[in-house]
Amino acid sequence: MSFEPRIIGFLCNWCSYTGADLAGTSRMKYPPNVLTIRVMCSGRVDPGFILDAFRNGADGVIVCGCHLGDCHYVNGNHKCIRRIPLTKKILEGMGIPPERLRLEWVSASEGARFQEVITSFTNEIRNMGPMQLKEWKFDPTLETSHAALAGKE
Amino acid sequence: MAKPKLAIYWAASCGGCDIAILDIEEKILDVANFFDIVFWPCATDFKYDDVRKMEDKSITLTLFNGAIRSDENFEIAELLRQKSVVMCAFGSCAVEGGIPGLANFYDKESIMKYAYIQSPSTTNAESIYPQPETKVAEGTLRIPTLYNTVRSLGQTIEVDYIIPGCPPQSDQIIAVVTAVIDILQNGKPLPPKGTVLGATEKSCCDECKRQRNVKKIKKFVRPFSIKVDPDLCLLEQGIVCMGPATRGGCGAKCVNAGVPCRGCYSVPSNVRDQGAKMASALASVIDSIDPVEIQQIIDTIPDPLGTFYRFSLADSAIRRSQS
Repeated sequence: MSFEPRIIGFLCNWCSYTGADLAGTSRMKYPPNVLTIRVMCSGRVDPGFILDAFRNGADGVIVCGCHLGDCHYVNGNHKCIRRIPLTKKILEGMGIPPERLRLEWVSASEGARFQEVITSFTNEIRNMGPMQLKEWKFDPTLETSHAALAGKE
Repeated sequence: MAKPKLAIYWAASCGGCDIAILDIEEKILDVANFFDIVFWPCATDFKYDDVRKMEDKSITLTLFNGAIRSDENFEIAELLRQKSVVMCAFGSCAVEGGIPGLANFYDKESIMKYAYIQSPSTTNAESIYPQPETKVAEGTLRIPTLYNTVRSLGQTIEVDYIIPGCPPQSDQIIAVVTAVIDILQNGKPLPPKGTVLGATEKSCCDECKRQRNVKKIKKFVRPFSIKVDPDLCLLEQGIVCMGPATRGGCGAKCVNAGVPCRGCYSVPSNVRDQGAKMASALASVIDSIDPVEIQQIIDTIPDPLGTFYRFSLADSAIRRSQS
């Protein structure tokens, strides 16, 4: 069975969510891998949400907001455009490929663009394979089994 | 009536927490008067076997500092949990992994390799690593084995209360100790499990006396490279100060002395991940909406990961480096 990525999409209420709606009502086809979460603004997406998504098993995260200058709250997406590179920096430092996180601007009239963005991101994540986080459960025996390494060289 | 019993233990820690306890000056006499100190490796001579011989739940209060790094730390943490009624994570390392937690950016293999072979001051031509067990004429000697991942106390055993800080400030320790003595003496109900003692709910900025205006930053700097204004918010001057993502309670001592907050007092109660919160706070102060310039400004942050997660890597959302 081929790998089907799990992607979390944070969509801004005013543009991207409506854009996704338009893609739906226009019967445009795109992969069903994105679980959408409607937020009031892309500026509401805290980097913590993104890390939590990865921690809870997301293979990719996409944040969609209004084009610069179109924000319903004047400058919410300005905050978002600065948060994403900082979050990518954290992901990179943690050893998670920063390409697993993407920021796109999709307006309410861009149903076709939403379809295109989701399709390309899903394909990209599919090619990258599943995200593998290291063990959460604390197992002392497993941890000490690394003792074997001391005599390895 | 027998005195309540107190145990203080250090796992993977620097000893600063024990010094902080001694640093409460004459109040230490109250502690010694009120409690029967049954175990405190830093200050008194007791052996692990003495603790093993105690009855379960016979220690009233255990102040546990240090992260869980080795099988010895883990064993004693479990032992003390079994023997004590109230288990308190004391100091950053026990609360959220602390400085030892930074080892989670690497794996055990590369740490051992650097420490015993690659470091410039090491001569080890035969590549000998310390062995967990050594046979000598008298029997087998055993040293603790490192774990691959450093963990906080709360990720290892059940913890009742949390006292953050690296180390916790002495006035806060006094307040906590006085409160504990008061509770035990007068039979008051204990605070609910998981309560953070000796710290406030708000962020460190709340206690900072520096003047704050609108922050617009074009470049991040390190404190030594500029002339630091003594009255102005450090973040406003481009110095990465962890204040916005750190719990208050320390009285903002570092910041008021001109040193940026390092984030040792753990995260405010509404925050899950310190680094993510800091990224969010920094994003708000960067003065640009041009992706290229934003990237350039971000690249001027010295050691972003080590700064954002200096104390909280083991307890962060991702918890360790995946590579």
